[in-house]
Amino acid sequence: MSEEALPPVSHMATARDSESPWRSSLHQLRHNKAAMLALLVFVLMVVAFLLAPVYADNIAHENPFASNVQGLININGKLESVMQANTQGLGLGVTPIGPTWHFSTYFLGADNLGRDVFARLLYGGRVSLLIGASSAAMCCFVATMMGMIAGYFGGVIDWLMSRFFDLIWAFPIYLLAISLSVILLTSGIDLGFVRIGPGSLLLPILIIAAVFVPYVGRPIRGIVYSLKEREFIQAAIGSGASDWHILYKEIWPNVAPTVIVFFPLMFAFDILTESALSFLGVGVQAPQASLGTIIQDGLNLLYTRPWVAIAPGICIVICAGALNILGDGARDAFDPKAKLRGSI
Amino acid sequence: MLRVRPMRRLVIVLTLIAMSLLGFAAIPPHTVGASQRYQLQPQHVGGILHLVANSAGGTLDPQVNYIEQYWQLYQATYDSLVGFQKVGSTAQSTDIVPDLATSMPKLSHGDRTYTFTLRRGIRFSNGKAVTVNDVIATFQRLFKVLSPNAGLWYSDIVGGPACMKAPATCTLKGGVVVNSVTNSVVINLISPDSVFLDQLAEPFCSIIPADTPPTDQGDKPIPGTGPYMFKSYNPNSALILVRNPYFHIWNAVAQPNGYPSEIEETFGATAESEVTEVENGQADWMYDFPPADRLAEISTKYASEVHLNALGADWYVPMNMNIPPFNNLKARQAVNYAVNKFTTVTLYGGKELGVPTCTILPPDVPGRLNYCAYNSTNSSTYTGPNLAKAKALVKASGTYGEKVGVVAINDPVDESVGEYIQGVLNSIGYKATLKPLALNIMWPYVQNSNNKVQISVLQWYQDYPAGSDFLTVLLGCADFHKGSDSSPNVAGMCVPSIDKLEAQAAAEEMTNAAAANAMWGKIDKLVMTTEAPWVPLFNPVQVDFVSKRVGNYHFSLVFNMFVDQLWVK
Repeated sequence: MSEEALPPVSHMATARDSESPWRSSLHQLRHNKAAMLALLVFVLMVVAFLLAPVYADNIAHENPFASNVQGLININGKLESVMQANTQGLGLGVTPIGPTWHFSTYFLGADNLGRDVFARLLYGGRVSLLIGASSAAMCCFVATMMGMIAGYFGGVIDWLMSRFFDLIWAFPIYLLAISLSVILLTSGIDLGFVRIGPGSLLLPILIIAAVFVPYVGRPIRGIVYSLKEREFIQAAIGSGASDWHILYKEIWPNVAPTVIVFFPLMFAFDILTESALSFLGVGVQAPQASLGTIIQDGLNLLYTRPWVAIAPGICIVICAGALNILGDGARDAFDPKAKLRGSI
Repeated sequence: MLRVRPMRRLVIVLTLIAMSLLGFAAIPPHTVGASQRYQLQPQHVGGILHLVANSAGGTLDPQVNYIEQYWQLYQATYDSLVGFQKVGSTAQSTDIVPDLATSMPKLSHGDRTYTFTLRRGIRFSNGKAVTVNDVIATFQRLFKVLSPNAGLWYSDIVGGPACMKAPATCTLKGGVVVNSVTNSVVINLISPDSVFLDQLAEPFCSIIPADTPPTDQGDKPIPGTGPYMFKSYNPNSALILVRNPYFHIWNAVAQPNGYPSEIEETFGATAESEVTEVENGQADWMYDFPPADRLAEISTKYASEVHLNALGADWYVPMNMNIPPFNNLKARQAVNYAVNKFTTVTLYGGKELGVPTCTILPPDVPGRLNYCAYNSTNSSTYTGPNLAKAKALVKASGTYGEKVGVVAINDPVDESVGEYIQGVLNSIGYKATLKPLALNIMWPYVQNSNNKVQISVLQWYQDYPAGSDFLTVLLGCADFHKGSDSSPNVAGMCVPSIDKLEAQAAAEEMTNAAAANAMWGKIDKLVMTTEAPWVPLFNPVQVDFVSKRVGNYHFSLVFNMFVDQLWVK
């Protein structure tokens, strides 16, 4: 930007003073270098994961969901087996090919079914992010609705919703998620009007969203509860505004920053939870892959082919770390007085 | 026999090498008394043998437990009237010899009556003398504790059907008759049974004290007659066997003395750490199959400590013949054509650990024919899949696009085979999903027809090498029980004409073994070509990985390695 294009300093200050709190917060977030770097890294990861089909179909020419145990690949003009039989000693064991570091050919090697780990990693990352984002969005939406209604209306509604939160909160997250998964992944959900098959990605999304609802809903209920006593709400009530109007026009704008802070944090938690469930075999089901299922595949190859487990682990660390840093940045920008630090 | 822990086995007879080192090679093993051998190798007697396993093998009760993990230990702790030979070559390990009986039984009444004489002077590990009353109580208890194979194997004893109906009041009146003066035991069968002696030699018929409660004794040891007795058992930590102070050798071929002074089996380690423990000499043998990523290491760096033995066993994929889509013969044939058995061998650990098969009977069962009904070529040995034919058959069957659930155990190898089968089914036009189940749930789950399991990945390890242990037990009408968790005929096949042929083969065994064997081979071929109830995958190989200090490895085709014959000194 040229010097001439810069507005006078006094003008800038005036403009800033007149900015809405939203613009001000976004401005602050944009100037948080750590948060912006985290956002950049996260966006790069998302783009890479979204390009999974392009990589598999046009570069690697591999179907990452079909076994390739008898397959041969060309590395530097030499044909090699994807699954390499041991020829030493007693000749026991077959080991998948390790990382070739050739971008187009089994870059990170093969898994125990001879599938391209890098292609699976991209597809798996896509699924993990999809589940993480969807469940975080669903969780934040449902929790916000419940928290606002409970906090605003109070009384029996508040009691019922609070006990519901307590009920879910009483269970350890993973134990509850595993229990729900074991039941639902066996038979799916069939409510007559809603039918979700056992292998559907909707199941882990719903389960993860459900177990985290109280962790978002409770703080929001508390915020609404305290807001309700504030003068501007009382004034709105006094002026005869309807409950829904107050909730939407007066309370929601004050709750939204907290939800915005929560979203990236829940996104990170949900990616971790999905990975844990899939690692335990009660999340994403074969032949679909997620970062957790790939780590599970790699667990049995840890000794000879550690990259199968390490690579998705690194992806999880990067995604969850970036979202946490972004969430912290969002908190500093949108809700600087928040006591909440996102630890669950 | 169900092998709860999937294992891969194969044969390299290192036994002979070990025996030659012991100076036995020149002597026919079955003529060497265990007492002589014991005296020949006194420097190896003693020490503690450390075994490791991922988990305990369930109840200690020999009349209830049907898990290979403890059947191995029962060889050192219990005896039946007759037993499988424990001394000699691996091939001899399927021979039946007298154990607590003085000699092999006399058969009479058209081979329906077996007359034994119980040895005198034998004591249980609690000091009580073994009497004929213990023998009759043992047979009654088989029914009272609802022993897994009571109905299958022992209900042809006179009085057996009544015991099946009212186990609590089982007397086997007229079925097992004893005489305490002559010490004779007479067993009367309803009809001749060519494999009855094999079934008598199994741990279910271990003679135990008459006062043993008629309920599963769980972790409470029951006194036995073998060279060792269970001292303590905590399924969460360890099991300890010590020497039975009342043991003496009565027939060294049936029950030789053991070498270690104590045998410990600890639980809780992962297979990875089990390998490391054996490599480091912290453990002497691992029960579990070595993980895939350690096989190459142990077969190169520790080759001298690895023992491979071919097993009389099948890895197979049974298809439920009573529900869609596999109630259609063409659909079952299609899957047979589509599966690449070489791939399943690779997933199992490579060609040294499994041999692709097209037959139900494993190679060690007499009479087995070498043929391959579903192949890429006309060869009698397996050459590969024929996907084009498989796809055409699926279309012709009218089952294209149907949903199929594959059930497999959730351990790495089974699950990867299950995932492969799922992929194969998808590739020929089905919509397949995989349902991995914990190993203690999977076996009863797939047996119960109420669960509507369409296709699964299973293993069957022979109880004894006979055609009936595969074809009758796994595919006979009598072993398909609707809605029962104990219905080993998982495919639900019931073809009366084939059942009739099996009955003829079993009857023929009593008089003409060669003709009977040939019949079993033909029935095997008939079943696969006309019914195709399974996809037979491969015959596995057992891998035993022992520590450097271990010697005297002996392998049985029935019970695998003889634990008590290992020496650690």
